[in-house]
Amino acid sequence: MRARWFAGVLLLLLAGCTGTGTSGDGRITLRFQSLAWQEESVAANQELVKEWNATHPGVKVEYVQGSWDSVHDQLLTSFEGGEAPDIIHDASDDLADFAYGGYLADLGDLLPERLKSDIPQRSWRTATFGDGVYGVPFLQEPRVLVANAKWLKESGVRVPTPEHPWSWAEFRRITRQLSGDGKYGVAWPLKEPVSATLNLSLSAGGQLFHRGADGKVTIRFEKADETVPRTVHDQANTDHSASPTTLGSGGSDTLPGFFGGRYAMVPLGFSYRQQIAQQAPKGFAWQVLPAPAGADGLTQGVSPQTLSVAEDCPHKKEAAAFIDFLLRPKNMVRLALGDWMLPTGTEALKDPALHTTKDGWATGTALASRLSPAPAQSVRGYPEWKDKVATPAFQEYYSGAIGLAELRERLERDGNLVLARYQR
Amino acid sequence: MRTSTSGRVGQYAALLAYLVFLAFPFLWLVSTAFKSPRELGSLHPTWIPRDPTLDNFRQAFDEQPLLRAAGNSLLAALAAAVIAVLIATPLAYVMARHRTRLAKAATGWVVVSQAFPLVLVIIPLFLVLKNLRLINSLTGLVMVYVVWALPFALWMLVGYVRAVPTELEEAAAVDGAGRLRTLVSVTAPLLAPGIVATALFAFITAWNEFFFALVLLKTADKQTLPVVLTHFIGAEGVADLGPLAAAAFLATLPSLVIFAIIQRRITGGMLTGAVKS
Repeated sequence: MRARWFAGVLLLLLAGCTGTGTSGDGRITLRFQSLAWQEESVAANQELVKEWNATHPGVKVEYVQGSWDSVHDQLLTSFEGGEAPDIIHDASDDLADFAYGGYLADLGDLLPERLKSDIPQRSWRTATFGDGVYGVPFLQEPRVLVANAKWLKESGVRVPTPEHPWSWAEFRRITRQLSGDGKYGVAWPLKEPVSATLNLSLSAGGQLFHRGADGKVTIRFEKADETVPRTVHDQANTDHSASPTTLGSGGSDTLPGFFGGRYAMVPLGFSYRQQIAQQAPKGFAWQVLPAPAGADGLTQGVSPQTLSVAEDCPHKKEAAAFIDFLLRPKNMVRLALGDWMLPTGTEALKDPALHTTKDGWATGTALASRLSPAPAQSVRGYPEWKDKVATPAFQEYYSGAIGLAELRERLERDGNLVLARYQR
Repeated sequence: MRTSTSGRVGQYAALLAYLVFLAFPFLWLVSTAFKSPRELGSLHPTWIPRDPTLDNFRQAFDEQPLLRAAGNSLLAALAAAVIAVLIATPLAYVMARHRTRLAKAATGWVVVSQAFPLVLVIIPLFLVLKNLRLINSLTGLVMVYVVWALPFALWMLVGYVRAVPTELEEAAAVDGAGRLRTLVSVTAPLLAPGIVATALFAFITAWNEFFFALVLLKTADKQTLPVVLTHFIGAEGVADLGPLAAAAFLATLPSLVIFAIIQRRITGGMLTGAVKS
């Protein structure tokens, strides 16, 4: 009797495990894997899918929730197994391997002219690999300085604007002026030092990766590449105006110290404002300032979020139509507001909601025209160079363990060895 | 052989340090789960939340389908544990009692199979399951969990079977019990703690498993709890800390409850009194 009961339970368990079948109504079904994770962002994505399904009875879109934490591995196995979602949300710096591997569809001929002309060429470049366009860049975020407004006002320093930003030298001087008594002018969260350094270095004209006439890329750490790393290094090790303890921290880890009045400014991605708005103590006044400018003004590198179509998708035209729907100016604004980021679309950027001074939207929007493709995101071998060479080298330099000469040598000598393996 | 007082103090200090080491992350998780976003951003964090709130739990349930994911996890973990034990128990008995070359080879293979990293097997496994039309199916996931848990379950159970004295089985035979009667009435009850411990191991392994579930399950209605927990983490590792802690705290509860219920059976042992001293 007991054995029969046990077998019954087992059968029930297995019956409950059986997967569902496919619907037989003949409609096209597309799977859209979204990486939206914040409450407002998930809601915006799901509402848009609902609206599409209500107005397009012939093409049903299923919302699939993905995760930023594991998207690369998950997509890779899905592509290999031929089970990838039809419409893929990712970031441009994650697309190179998938694009070169033939897993993503070239969207060049699939997208309507409206969308192509709405998104600036510099944004398209972030998702262009070889001759093909493998994603639609739609959301991006500059790195900004989030500042303690009261502290800044009381110190009497000039408050920068996108029209009159600080230079890197001025920024260093001001952080020195704001520091003292265990307080720091700035707290650099440099857990991922490479992308932060390289993206900000564009402002000083730093390129680091140079493509030759033969198409091969070499690394040269030139004078312009020195500006940003040297500023951070000197703030932390010479002026003591940057907290040494946050150099290995993530952005969120610096917030308690920022709210507690230990740091006057924290350089963060634009979307961190959501966390700041949520966590800031009552009465804490904060403001968004542009990152310092260099020889190339406020230019900085970004890796926008992208929407791609899988090469295996049998309904590429319909998938592209869904992307076009999702990225209509009004919809792009909804997605941007949900993620606290900037849209890439020029029409969407005109929306008044993105020009309000509340929560620093206006400052970020003013920087949109200066956002360029992150250096090296299309260079094959970049992830290995970043993990094995650049991250430890920058971390040691910022902590004061090595000097600029050794940083240069390691980035160039070791880095070029890594890149050479990918460019044979 | 008596331990000196200082030695004993040292042992207790080491034990205490180990307990603190184990308990710290969990207590921090519990504390975080009941804190408001403002308190999470405080420069001076406290163990006891100053203004305890259930908002993180509400938000976690509002944002993600935690109950459905927990149901999927429970189903997959229970099925995996039951099936793994059903397969491993007779195999372990044979391997422990009949020390043939085949048994030795099987033991060797069990040990070797533990050395394969996940990334090495995931793509072939994915392709096999795809051919069987078991992608995005909890049945497929259960099969993987059973296969993954089986070597270690087998290895554990072989040890438990060997701990059952053969003299007891011989005594039963002398008393006239047949092979089946001996197995059912003598060996099986003595093996029960081992079977329970093995099932628990298989259950917890499957309950916590993330990577296979991530790769094999495609739609939200099939996803298990560890996969859904990652939806609270955004780009560049930024986390929605309060709801994440609340959901993670709830996810640890079944393992804790099950372990609390059966730990006495595991640690108490049932061999006590089996052989007259």
